[in-house]
Amino acid sequence: MSESMQPTLSIRKLVVEIPTRHGILRPVDQVSYDIQPGEILGVVGESGAGKSMAGNAVIGLLSPPAHIAGGEVWLNGNRIDNLSRSQMRRKRGREVGMVFQDPLTSLNPLLPIGDQLSETIIEHLNVGKSEARRRAIAALEEVGIPAAAERVDSYPHEFSGGMRQRVVIALALCAEPTLVIADEPTTALDVSVQAQIIALLRRLCRERGTAVMLVTHDMGVIAEAADRVAVMYAGRLAEIGPVREVLTAPRHPYTAGLMASTPLASQGKRRLNQIPGSMPRLGALPEGCAFHPRCPRAAARCAAGDSPHIDSCDGRAACWFPIDASAKESA
Amino acid sequence: MLAYIIRRVLQSVLVLLVVGLVAFSMFRFVGDPIDNMLGQERTQADIERLRDVLGLDDPFPVQYWKFMSQAAEGNFGISYRQGRPVSDILLERAPATLELAAVSGLFAITFGIGFGVLTAIRRGGLLSSTVMTLSLVGVSLPTFLIGILLIYLFSVELGWLPSFGRGDTVMIGGWSTGFLTTSGLKALILPSITLGLYQMTLIMRLVRSEMLEVLRQDYIRFARARGLRERSVNFRHALKNTLVPVITVTGLQLGSIIAFAIITETVFQWPGVGLLFINAIQFVDIPVMAAYLMLISVMFVGINLIVDLLYVAIDPRLRSDSSKRGH
Repeated sequence: MSESMQPTLSIRKLVVEIPTRHGILRPVDQVSYDIQPGEILGVVGESGAGKSMAGNAVIGLLSPPAHIAGGEVWLNGNRIDNLSRSQMRRKRGREVGMVFQDPLTSLNPLLPIGDQLSETIIEHLNVGKSEARRRAIAALEEVGIPAAAERVDSYPHEFSGGMRQRVVIALALCAEPTLVIADEPTTALDVSVQAQIIALLRRLCRERGTAVMLVTHDMGVIAEAADRVAVMYAGRLAEIGPVREVLTAPRHPYTAGLMASTPLASQGKRRLNQIPGSMPRLGALPEGCAFHPRCPRAAARCAAGDSPHIDSCDGRAACWFPIDASAKESA
Repeated sequence: MLAYIIRRVLQSVLVLLVVGLVAFSMFRFVGDPIDNMLGQERTQADIERLRDVLGLDDPFPVQYWKFMSQAAEGNFGISYRQGRPVSDILLERAPATLELAAVSGLFAITFGIGFGVLTAIRRGGLLSSTVMTLSLVGVSLPTFLIGILLIYLFSVELGWLPSFGRGDTVMIGGWSTGFLTTSGLKALILPSITLGLYQMTLIMRLVRSEMLEVLRQDYIRFARARGLRERSVNFRHALKNTLVPVITVTGLQLGSIIAFAIITETVFQWPGVGLLFINAIQFVDIPVMAAYLMLISVMFVGINLIVDLLYVAIDPRLRSDSSKRGH
């Protein structure tokens, strides 16, 4: 992860807007981050924090009327947020793949999985039918589908949930993209299967140098899989940094609150802490820092003027009064 | 799979028996055919002799049994009015109706699916809004009125197409076809549109709503996320998933195309079985009426059977389920 390396994905002050009758909503507001080749960036936050929306914006699948209203998205050194629809379509699958949350609904129930793999491979890799089929079987083997050569003609309903998510991962990776956006890839799976899927995703991306944007609300998944973590709150980036530092010594009070309310981080305690209140709706964001009404450290400055931006703070936490790691505090 | 087919065929036979019973018992109440068959100068002896020949004095179950067992052999008795075997009359008339139904069915399915997909993909566009608005006309206007309007426009005002009849027909085997002559083809256009318009709008609206539903599914988003072309996403992935409900309704609608042919055939004086049925009612020609109703129900039941088998062909999930249950 040297700084000289060109990042696979680079988001600069990305803004996503949704015009509504009651005004413009900003589910993603001035978000910036990079993902290096082979790196897994975990993106965490509550539902509605904008974490999935950022992923959809990158792959160009925002559902109208949501649209990119500002900022830049760079993929492998090329700007992609201003591409035409057909140019962007050619990038999808080939340069940026996506894994969805629910493997039960992400596969077309009426097509054999081999056909779904082959059509993707043929679309992007300029190979013939028999070669595509050979590669489809290889892709299934790689994600650990037993007897792939026989299973290639099976339909999705003939697989278990965990196996289907493996197929989905094979589909997302079969045209060898350099970036994979995994949107809650384990949320719909049994706990016992979750770890396998995470390990699989991790192994494949390490081997191929694929960058991963791992969108999840599960701190356990982040701790297990991610190299760095970006914490989002109400459409804004609250904190970003190497996963161990952020999890063990959070600097943003929101991250600290999240950690205190996660079973993983509070082993031994009888009761989990909770953050008072709930995340504001996008249409009713408070003045100043969006988190200040719930923040134990809030001061007058937090409630007035601009919201703190990560760049204008210390580059790690978007907070006027970040928690100082050296001074022991319990948020 | 075989057990499934056999079970469905047995159900179909049961349905036919019930339809036959209902149809046959209804005819008890439409009047006495003897009045029409014998003229003014009849004697009581004539009447009784005819009643005996026709078996009208037999108990109802006996009449029903006779009718059904002979019908199973293709013998529907003698027409009271024409004095010829009903099966001959039907065979003479069937090609006209079947050709009309086939063309209007094809029209309804082709344009119904085409417009349905178009209006779903280009939702809110000018063309699809226009099609949607026009389709309301197709749903709300009664068939006979559409027929009359079409005749007025294309036959009376423009003089492009004939207003009645089949045009010239060619006999092939026992089948008189209008497909092989220009006038026969021209004569098919207006009645087919009249007959198929309602079905077309119905199929179109169904395809549209199913398609909009399917386009929201995750696997469509995933297909897009894999960079597949819009054409492939819309037709290969989305359309196929809309087909199961569409086939159900389309199948039933094809049945009613044949049944509703009565009205269209009357408007266009089309020499098919529908027109035959209308005339039969006026003369209380019970064997013809009964045979017609049986014919229609055979078609409905047959189409339903085909529809059920088509589901299995389209949806692999049903395939494994039915084989598990069937064996």
